[in-house]
Amino acid sequence: MSLLSLENVTLAFGGLVAVNNVSFHVGEGEVFSLVGPNGAGKSTIFNLISRFYSPQRGDILFANNSILKLRPDQIPSLGIARTFQNIELFEQSTVLQNLLVGRQRHRKSNMFSEMFFAPFVRDEERRHRQVVEEVIDFLELQAYRDKYIAGLPYGVRKIVELARALASEPKILLLDEPASGLSLEETNDMIFWIEDIKKQMKITVLMVEHDMNLVASVSDRVLALADGRELAIGTPKQVQSHPDVIKAYLGTSTVGNIDG
Amino acid sequence: MRFVFKRSYDDDIKLFKHKMRAFYYLLLLVLMLSLPLFLDSFFLGEVTYVLIFSIAGMGLMLLTGHTGQVSLGHAAFMALGAYLNVIMLEKGVPFIISLPLAGIITGIVGAIIAFPVLRLHGIYLAIATLAISVLTEDIIVIAEPFTGGVVGLVAPQIDIFGYNIDRYSTPIAFYFLVLFITLFILLIYRNLLRAPLGRAFIAMRDSEISAQAMGVNITKTKMSAFAISCAITGLAGGLLGHFAGAFNHETFNLILSIQLLLMIVIGGLGSIHGAFFGAILVGFLPQIIAMVRDVISNSFGVSSLAIPGIEVGIFAAILVVMILFEPMGIYGRWIKIRTYFELFPFYRKNMFKRQKSYLKTERMK
Repeated sequence: MSLLSLENVTLAFGGLVAVNNVSFHVGEGEVFSLVGPNGAGKSTIFNLISRFYSPQRGDILFANNSILKLRPDQIPSLGIARTFQNIELFEQSTVLQNLLVGRQRHRKSNMFSEMFFAPFVRDEERRHRQVVEEVIDFLELQAYRDKYIAGLPYGVRKIVELARALASEPKILLLDEPASGLSLEETNDMIFWIEDIKKQMKITVLMVEHDMNLVASVSDRVLALADGRELAIGTPKQVQSHPDVIKAYLGTSTVGNIDG
Repeated sequence: MRFVFKRSYDDDIKLFKHKMRAFYYLLLLVLMLSLPLFLDSFFLGEVTYVLIFSIAGMGLMLLTGHTGQVSLGHAAFMALGAYLNVIMLEKGVPFIISLPLAGIITGIVGAIIAFPVLRLHGIYLAIATLAISVLTEDIIVIAEPFTGGVVGLVAPQIDIFGYNIDRYSTPIAFYFLVLFITLFILLIYRNLLRAPLGRAFIAMRDSEISAQAMGVNITKTKMSAFAISCAITGLAGGLLGHFAGAFNHETFNLILSIQLLLMIVIGGLGSIHGAFFGAILVGFLPQIIAMVRDVISNSFGVSSLAIPGIEVGIFAAILVVMILFEPMGIYGRWIKIRTYFELFPFYRKNMFKRQKSYLKTERMK
């Protein structure tokens, strides 16, 4: 069953067609990766799903309902969480506070009950905290819990962003280049985490990534894009050896492998 | 160095980090409550003035310090609060209803004004709110039947269940009234900051795009920020009206707006303490200058040292020095001093140095 599907989605910025008639379906419980050279439209697709952009043509369905009528802030309440390519954390807050913002979609209290911190607000806070603590345990962020983001190294920030998305208890997780800028070990950790997210937490993952090692290790299916168009879709192996994909990356069809 | 061992989630929810800190604040409260014992009515009046400015500062801090929306028009909301309060009092509404209602109406007006200016950011928002401040002065003059025009209004005596409070005849009662309201607003502010809405404010300040991606409704949250901020400022305005006794459009001019903003910047943006530190500085500076002037002229036999514009000059100098050497304001400096003693002798000079920030996602709108 497909959880998230794009149907003939087209988005152009003036004369530049960023996403050109792209369709794909992400099935429930799978790890689906988007690959492609710079400017292929991968992040644009994420921003379309987040509703920061509206497509000129086509439709985006989540659990068989169109999301095009929703505002960007209504998307998380469906169970869609995302990370950003260039980390968008709340710099002047602690890791804990950042993760608690991830719980925003579960907010039940309103302005007035919060002003007086009604007892049920406190109960809610405890519940949010418990979920956040589970995520902290899962991603081993205990040491950074009370640290301010502004003082954290890049690798940790990446993980905090993943944690914040997980704290919202999503059905589908959109990861925008989760391994960019990470060291080899950190990337390996990321591989384990994405596998655990899929298997233990049963969360569907849609991922944009350049690191083919990561993509090949965790993805069930891969969609290769170039210049906003679909090139190939299939298992990581099929896509990596697809002549069009090789051509898009290297400009020639004589090289056999684009590993790494 | 104090290590706080947290045993439950409530340790991060409660108002005071640890018992010792609660004790310090209790001491401060006792000091504030006992001030009338050893201050004469003039200095008590000055402290009351500082408290009123602290309330207004908290209002602006919520909007500018925590939500990241610069406002150069908060004098307008103080004016609205002051006029509404007195107009209602003149119509026979009891003070105990008129003041909160003045605050609430100001909050609603703030939210309505917020709606069209929501799309503006940074300097543009500052200019738009500046315009509101300028406009308000003119509107007050034009709306003479309600506001008394250039003559202004006289705030009647406060009457709470037959008990009369007035700044001059009962300064102590007025002081306690203002102190009570300050504590009340302080509690609400603290509550908000530890609740989802406060986190949404801070999230919006640091990254609007990712706050939105986490489910924060930008329009609604900004309007709430404006509403709460303006309501608090309106309350402060109402109290300032009573403090000043008589006021007109010039009481709430543009200078007051700028003063409020400078106050929270000098105090330390993004902290409730900053609103208080800023208010203390702004409130006491003229007195300190006057006292220093008296001491100098008495000891050196100079007849008069009254230099025009000296207050504004010193104030500006402090601002420049602050921005150059302590962008985190007085509160930032206070944190550094406290850390120095807590960690003594292990404090390092670059402990609070800002790390380089990483590239932000290009704004998508």
